[in-house]
Amino acid sequence: MNAPLASPVESAQQATGPVLEFSGVTVSFDGPPVLNDISFSVAPGETRILLGPAGVGKSVLLKTANGLVQPDSGTVAILGETITGLPERLLIPMRARTGMVFQEGALFDSLPVRDNVAYQLIQEKVADEEIDERVHIALRFVGLEQTFSLFPGSLSGGMRRRVAIARALIHYPELLLYDSPTGGLDPVTSTTIIELIVKQRDVYKTPSLLVTHRLQDAFTMCSHRFDTEKDAMVPLPDGETDPGTTFLMLNDGKLIFDGSLHDLVHSENEFVREFLE
Amino acid sequence: MGIEAIDRAAKNFVLTVQEYSLFAARAALNLFSAPVYWSDIIVQCDIIGVGSTLIVVFAGFFTGGVLAVQSAATLASFGATAVTGRFVAMSMIRELGAVLTGIMVSGRNASSMASELGSMVVTEQIDAMRALGVDPMRKLVTPRIFATVVMLFFLTILSDFCGILGGAAVTVFMNGQNGTQYFSMAYEYLRYPDILQGLIKPIFFGFIIASIGCFYGMRTTGGTQGVGQSTIKSVVFASVLIIFVDLLVSLTMVSLF
Repeated sequence: MNAPLASPVESAQQATGPVLEFSGVTVSFDGPPVLNDISFSVAPGETRILLGPAGVGKSVLLKTANGLVQPDSGTVAILGETITGLPERLLIPMRARTGMVFQEGALFDSLPVRDNVAYQLIQEKVADEEIDERVHIALRFVGLEQTFSLFPGSLSGGMRRRVAIARALIHYPELLLYDSPTGGLDPVTSTTIIELIVKQRDVYKTPSLLVTHRLQDAFTMCSHRFDTEKDAMVPLPDGETDPGTTFLMLNDGKLIFDGSLHDLVHSENEFVREFLE
Repeated sequence: MGIEAIDRAAKNFVLTVQEYSLFAARAALNLFSAPVYWSDIIVQCDIIGVGSTLIVVFAGFFTGGVLAVQSAATLASFGATAVTGRFVAMSMIRELGAVLTGIMVSGRNASSMASELGSMVVTEQIDAMRALGVDPMRKLVTPRIFATVVMLFFLTILSDFCGILGGAAVTVFMNGQNGTQYFSMAYEYLRYPDILQGLIKPIFFGFIIASIGCFYGMRTTGGTQGVGQSTIKSVVFASVLIIFVDLLVSLTMVSLF
């Protein structure tokens, strides 16, 4: 049997157009727009980091990306298919092609780690032996194989996020959405999570959109690569950055920046400069 | 200012009724298309039905006993204590068995559904479920509604039975009347429309309990405080709606038979 986490590589390489595309998306909830005329895209193999202060609409944007929130206007397309306006029954199979890591992990409290990670596989009635094998591989990827039979309540915050990453990866996602995966964690645990995300980016090359308000995480992702021989994240040579990792910045519901790390640090935009400082 | 507040409250009420109607209809229709989560239905039958058995048995038994005590005292002034069995059986089967069981199960299960689903909403577990390609309406709501309707039907029969037994215990051991006479009167005057009325009601009540509990759970906002609010609303609205629907069903059944 192929390793369960191998498939995204193939799918990412097969894709040609944008994996995710926002065109003039506006979202509001009984008030002024939370997202206002947002347009950007995520290319195959690309990792986009969405920066912005807390409460600016980053999580709403991420939920709009896989149809959990429907826009008032504009369109969202995943893997070449427009999902805006689709009924829930048609959105569900589309969502199954993406993996999403929620802010606090959003693990199901009443299920053990094994059933949490294998949730989609259980719904699809995959054989128990295959489920166990794939869960072990996914948990090994995040370094938590020993938590197989534990319940989420007995895990620390960082472990919950890592289990959530394993759950997002097990179903061969063609697009990964991370909602503040390091929010509220200590620096050491945050680095562990970022290392996992860099590993996923460099080893499996799954395109992703990562939301964060922590600049240090974003810069670490840009300035490091995953070394498979050392099985660890290592810094890139001085002056080099990962070309596939680019930035977006959101403020007051508008996208105020879209570009590379170099463009970001040299931006003339007043808010961008203030945010970086 | 006052008119505006009334206008806003009225619009909110109509909107809530509309959302509830759509929610309940969708949950019910999910039973007729795949996937139907039968294993979740069985688990819910166990939680709702088996888990509520004890409170229903006790509530039914004591209600039957109280009915016998009160009716015997009143009937004695007409020299008609012999019909205590008929009075208790009719009251339990036509009315009290279904309503009391509905309210007991509502207090136990509508609140638990609202708090469980509400907690899942505020901790993003519902969103996670949707993101994992599973429809929470099919996975969480439809099984609870189907299981409550089925189990409340049987719990009501159990409550009726225990109520008649409770009435018999008071009649025989406290009022010193003849047990055979009690059961004979309880059985002799019972008609099929009485039984039909008592068994149609729990179907409506079961649907109300689960759909209201799930509805308020799924629209929870505002963190843990919101979960508490949803729980209170679900029990209050389910209990009031049970009594209101009981009146409507009783009026309809009485006019039909």
